[in-house]
Amino acid sequence: MRLVEEVAVTLTSEEREVVRKRLGREPNIIEWAVIEALWSEHCSYKSSRNILKMLPTEGVQVLVGPGFDAGLIDIGDGFVLSVHIESHNHPSAIDPYGGAATGIGGVVRDILSVGTRPVALLDSLRFGEIESSSHSRWLLRNVVKGIADYGNCIGVPTIAGELEFDQSFERNCLVDVMCIGAGRREEVVLPMATRPGCLVVLAGNTTGRDGILGASFASQSLDSDEEGKRSAVQIPDPFIEKLLIDALTEMFEQRLISAVKDLGGGGLATALSELAYKGGVGVDVDLSMVHRRETDMTPVEVLVSESQERMLLLVEGQKLERVSRMLEKYELQFSIIGRTVEERFVRLRWEGTLIAELPLSVLGDAPSVARASRRPEYLDTLRNTPPPREPEDLNKVFLNLLASPNISSKSWVYEQYDYEVGVRTVVKPGDADAAIIKLPNGKLAAVKLDGDSKKCYIDPYRGAMWIVSENFRNLASSGAKPCAIVDHQQFGDPGKPDVYWCFKECVRGVADYCMAVGVPVVGGKVSFYNEDLVSGRAIKPSPVIGGIGLLSDEDMVTTLSLKRSGDYIVVLGVTTGELGGSEYYEYIHRICGGEVPLVDPLSDWQLIEAVLNLRRMGVLRAAHDVSKGGLAVSLAEMAVRGRIGLTAELSKLPVRGRVLRRDGLLFSEGGSRIVVEVDRERFREAEMALRRHSVPFAVIGETGGNEISIKMNGEQVINLTVGEVEERWHYSLERLMEGYS
Amino acid sequence: MRVAIAKFPGSNCDQDVAYAISRVPGAWSEVVWHTELSPERYELVVLPGGFSYADRLRAGAIAAHTPLIEKLIDYVKDGGLVLGICNGFQILVEAGLLLGSLLPNKGLRFICKWVSLRVMNSDTPFTNAFEESEVVKMPIAHYEGRYYAGGQALRLFEERRVAFVYADERGGVSEECNPNGSDNSIAGVFNDTFNVLGMMPHPERASDPLLSPYGTEHGLRVFLSVANYVKGGA
Repeated sequence: MRLVEEVAVTLTSEEREVVRKRLGREPNIIEWAVIEALWSEHCSYKSSRNILKMLPTEGVQVLVGPGFDAGLIDIGDGFVLSVHIESHNHPSAIDPYGGAATGIGGVVRDILSVGTRPVALLDSLRFGEIESSSHSRWLLRNVVKGIADYGNCIGVPTIAGELEFDQSFERNCLVDVMCIGAGRREEVVLPMATRPGCLVVLAGNTTGRDGILGASFASQSLDSDEEGKRSAVQIPDPFIEKLLIDALTEMFEQRLISAVKDLGGGGLATALSELAYKGGVGVDVDLSMVHRRETDMTPVEVLVSESQERMLLLVEGQKLERVSRMLEKYELQFSIIGRTVEERFVRLRWEGTLIAELPLSVLGDAPSVARASRRPEYLDTLRNTPPPREPEDLNKVFLNLLASPNISSKSWVYEQYDYEVGVRTVVKPGDADAAIIKLPNGKLAAVKLDGDSKKCYIDPYRGAMWIVSENFRNLASSGAKPCAIVDHQQFGDPGKPDVYWCFKECVRGVADYCMAVGVPVVGGKVSFYNEDLVSGRAIKPSPVIGGIGLLSDEDMVTTLSLKRSGDYIVVLGVTTGELGGSEYYEYIHRICGGEVPLVDPLSDWQLIEAVLNLRRMGVLRAAHDVSKGGLAVSLAEMAVRGRIGLTAELSKLPVRGRVLRRDGLLFSEGGSRIVVEVDRERFREAEMALRRHSVPFAVIGETGGNEISIKMNGEQVINLTVGEVEERWHYSLERLMEGYS
Repeated sequence: MRVAIAKFPGSNCDQDVAYAISRVPGAWSEVVWHTELSPERYELVVLPGGFSYADRLRAGAIAAHTPLIEKLIDYVKDGGLVLGICNGFQILVEAGLLLGSLLPNKGLRFICKWVSLRVMNSDTPFTNAFEESEVVKMPIAHYEGRYYAGGQALRLFEERRVAFVYADERGGVSEECNPNGSDNSIAGVFNDTFNVLGMMPHPERASDPLLSPYGTEHGLRVFLSVANYVKGGA
């Protein structure tokens, strides 16, 4: 069997020795397949879990932290919120449509696996430079279509996300999807077998040969034979997923299921093993009972197939009839493949004959892999990059920057997503720094995904901190207090000491920030091997942070558009001049280097509390954080969305450090800042509150007119109409993707 | 008002419609699996949005051939009210209960956005709570929403069978604010006896001021209209 040869290859000789020792004999081919799937990097976190221990995971609202299919947060009134993040990077690089679609399918089933119902999706996408690369445009177009077709069809709104373009993703795009679920606390079931005597039911799609060895595929670098790996990409069928969602929702309400588990990486091999060893109860399953798409499949193929839209259900005998009726109502295929047993083994049969028997103690944790780590030398060179000469015409620079795909409006993407289905989307994509949904208990939650690989490449620790800072400022600008995050850490081959060091630094950045402000990490994911063997180059370090914040009431909802003429524009926070990783350096000057801003979590938290307080007082009408493109771009976005002009004077900005040039004041992404529109009549109140919160601030201008006019010491620096700015900012991405000018 | 919301495999907006109807005083609704629905027990049957049968063949084509549609044809003949939203509208044109067909959008992309609609006939069971010619806000979300009237568009206007058209903020109609390329910007149509309405915009998503970027609840008026009509008020 050729397949088995491939299976054995991905385990190291040390790992094979551990298996033999734990088992006390040589495993057979099927047993190797189970262990191989379970011990893949994708499933076992063997290279990362020692590092991930740095992350704080506990909090008063955390019911279930990392380690299960989804984290669970208590939102009060007997309700819970669940959250998980996944990537589908390798499959999307080969089949962007199917790869992205199945990524959505997988993360939604993770939410179902804890007894909750999916209520919102977010996406975070990274591609090469789409202005020059038709390949990257092709990837983007098809990834977005894959997410849209799948998410729209299953009736889960895609409400927020982010998009970054950088040369380093040309051959390795990143496709991250995050799902939020909600449910009643008493309906929560965790994916583990805790009681013998339950029936094991496999429901949903047929099992076929698609996605064989997908977990191992995701645990290697892409080679030039990407085409030959197509069989490792799964085929999406959102319709079956939708039926599974509806059927499971009804079964959760009627408490018909003891446990439910998604079939993801490693297929049945992983799902059965995890159910068993997490709950400490064995399973005895006959693989020949599985309903299959093809007739001549071998036991190993059935075992490791990653066919999509399948769930394992543990059902007590007396509830089987009601479960069967429910599955039949939704026209879902299912098969009863075995039962949970007292003995602590995973037993696999084929037409009754025992073909594999593994004690739970063998399956458990794969041995950790110690990885060498070394600070890359290029960091010094990058950091010492000299600043460019300041351009004469900053008006022109500003217009160019607005058209950068990293800054231009993302409406071309989010208008393809049904962000309204479910009637719970309170703040829509693009209207605020985060999206806001209404939860089943009537409370509101803000959610957002952020990343910034350009900064993480130049300084992984500072870059990772900056992302958390931006994420929390996004939540606060929308009126929410950050309550929990999930993180997704994406890097190249962990066997390279440079890469591994960057991974460690990024995790440390997230950990230090979250620890300082007391916000827990309730779940996450690590994706290594994001590099290809053709160029031999890894992606830029790409941690992505998915944040959840809660709003105290409906009046806290804040959007970013300017609301009224004659109000004050106030910048909260100090402007610092670091331009490393800024869009201004990268896009305008083509400079990769410089110093990355260092954020201070505690002053960030003061800023967050101040913004929320201003909103509660009713003096704040709009808020928008300063991120990609700096202050100038933030002001432009607020003006364009509100169709109201503004004036601003740069010399009024509170600054720190060296004297800043005009380009630094306009385009620096440094410091932790939020721009707010404050009610002019009640400015005194706002001023006093800001002093109380010890937040540095300055009134830099006023709203009104139809021009965006920015001056430095009275001298005009930028002067454009709102219409001119909108034309650039709003349509550049769409023009690029639709190929018209 | 007693309302049945028909659920097919793949329906997505059944609970959303139920939520909107819960905001209508005195109204009561239930989501009913399509095989179990007896229309005559209700005063309104809603075919909600979604992807019934995964939009296989064409959007709405398979649901249009289910036994429920046979029952609805009789129900409509007897004067029963049927509202099809989005995929429900697609099902109604596939079933021949409404004139025309729904083609892929002009840009060949799924579009989700809030649009302005002009009310073209406010003297029907579904629209009596609107003002004639007023401009209202509702969201659309579809790939196959380009209404094609097969040369009958002008006749539909003459017979006052156009319910809504896509418009600008002042009610002006132009290709610029026709999001999907529909004939004459048509967004919703009645049958010739005005007891069937099909519309691509989602009134149920515009029925709660908290969920509207404009703080409006224009969509709720579709359901309020039916409640008025059922009570004999219009």
